[in-house]
Amino acid sequence: MADRPIRVAPPAGPEDLAAGCRPAAAHHPATAPVVTFEHAGVSLGGRALWSDVDLRIWPGEFVAILGPNGAGKSTLLKAILGLVPLSTGRIVLMGESVLRGSPTIGYLPQRRSFDVDTRIRGRDLVELGLNGTRWGLPIPGVRRLWGGAATARDEARRVAEVIDLVDAAPYADRAIGELSGGEQQRLLIAQALVTRPRLLLLDEPLDGLDLNSQHAVSALIHRISDEFGVAVLLVAHDVNAILPYLDRVVYIARGQVVTGTPEECMTEETLSRLYDTPIEILHTRDGRIVVVGQPEGVAYHHHADGAGHGAF
Amino acid sequence: MVPSSTAIVVPGLSARLPLLGDLFAYHFMVNAFLAGTLIALTAAPVGYFLVLRGQSFVGHALSHVGFAGAAAAVLLGISPVLGLLAVGVVGALGIGTLGGSSPRLGIANDIAVGTVLAFSLSLGLFFIRLSSSYAANVYGFLFGTILGISDQSLRLIAVLSVVTLVLIGLVARPLLFASVDPSVAAARGVPVRALSYVFLVLLAVAVAEAVQVVGVLLIFALLVTPAATAQQITARPGRAVALATALALVVTWAGLAVAYYSAYPVGFFVTTFAFGVYLLTRGARSVWMRGRRQPSARRVGAVG
Repeated sequence: MADRPIRVAPPAGPEDLAAGCRPAAAHHPATAPVVTFEHAGVSLGGRALWSDVDLRIWPGEFVAILGPNGAGKSTLLKAILGLVPLSTGRIVLMGESVLRGSPTIGYLPQRRSFDVDTRIRGRDLVELGLNGTRWGLPIPGVRRLWGGAATARDEARRVAEVIDLVDAAPYADRAIGELSGGEQQRLLIAQALVTRPRLLLLDEPLDGLDLNSQHAVSALIHRISDEFGVAVLLVAHDVNAILPYLDRVVYIARGQVVTGTPEECMTEETLSRLYDTPIEILHTRDGRIVVVGQPEGVAYHHHADGAGHGAF
Repeated sequence: MVPSSTAIVVPGLSARLPLLGDLFAYHFMVNAFLAGTLIALTAAPVGYFLVLRGQSFVGHALSHVGFAGAAAAVLLGISPVLGLLAVGVVGALGIGTLGGSSPRLGIANDIAVGTVLAFSLSLGLFFIRLSSSYAANVYGFLFGTILGISDQSLRLIAVLSVVTLVLIGLVARPLLFASVDPSVAAARGVPVRALSYVFLVLLAVAVAEAVQVVGVLLIFALLVTPAATAQQITARPGRAVALATALALVVTWAGLAVAYYSAYPVGFFVTTFAFGVYLLTRGARSVWMRGRRQPSARRVGAVG
């Protein structure tokens, strides 16, 4: 089982769904997985959203979670965070059971942008990721007694480091509400990274960004997972912007979870069956894949012109 | 309440100014300054979170709920401040239950808060009519009674201020996190919902205090205006709280002093000064923002 981070259930139709989507090989046999789903299932209001999921996410892996609306993609992330209880099975996070508030996870929830009148600096927002869970306030003078000043300096340095990492230094000191969607998203990624997490959970981080920002943010996420060995689980509306960087995709549809590498998994047959609508996959001359007709990507594909697709 | 000899309008003001010392000649003025200072110190940090959470209207509603409580207390023959406080806290918990954990309340909640606000005010009116007490009581609740603060009230205000400030300090960072970024805060283990209740109760206490200076109707002056002004000037949380506190102190002191040397009510001056500073900063900020936008606008123009 350790070699098979795929399992499709219920047994009635697994072969159907998994057709063309073979089990992925073990990526890092020498290391332990960051997250392991063991027969995990979630029910909402008595209805099983997805069930009997077995999934392993390895350090440094860049994984996209795809699937139609309401399939339970965001819920999968929330289950890892301990925000949604499991109805069956369990999720193991770095060898331990899931506990709400773990600093080893960086989380970027699905959201609209901040209100224009939100008068707090991007830098403060990043810093809250580090010390926003701490009760009490440091009292100047008193904190020096037990090395609090050194802690404060160390924290300020870490905040500056992650802001530099996402290239947000030029606007980190402006109010978050004044910034563009792409700028806000970079600062929020910095906030998610400031605790030096092993796992990054990103819920539609590219939603609402223009094409250029989508590619820049995708490249940034890839660089982070590559350089720091952070496993990335990214829920995506539209797979095209992240496709060049993906190690693996996880499809959730009709209560089942299928996984594999993009090449294995992203066939017209599999996708059309998963989404229950005809989906076309185009192979560009430089060997990249473009998904067309994916229901949730409709707006993007209709608006994107030839130049937009040329970016792949 | 103001000595009749000082009830001179503008000419008297300039003649009296060199004698600032006699501001404190009367015990009621000493109490007024002490109470005003304590209340400004409390209202400003609470107001900072209120503005940041976009709940200003809830602060306004709580003052009206408190009004009903104060009127009921008069009817029962107990201290109006206690009525203000008790009913305000109950109202805060009620609003918390109605409003859920989302800091930025939606339209439905806006309407709920507005409905409760109007009903509370009418309930207060009813209680006052029942107690058939002097109309000045109503006037005092609506526009403040800072010049009539007793030593006993002052002690209560001091205790409430210290407790509120200590509690705000304890929850400051998680509350800030929960206010600006509730979903990430919840994922990181911050008790977002519990904090929203804690904040509403602290708000009810701050409102009960501030009503005594500026009254139910002018509550925004101390709770919202200084914090909103400070947030116009700086986006740094620490500096904004410090600035809001300084502004609240200055407008309270100036309002008391000017009211002492004139014939007009304290609440009017406190509100006017606070509003004046707010207008000035809004104006200065829009000029500054326009100045900053212009270069980039020109750059875009050159490209196009």
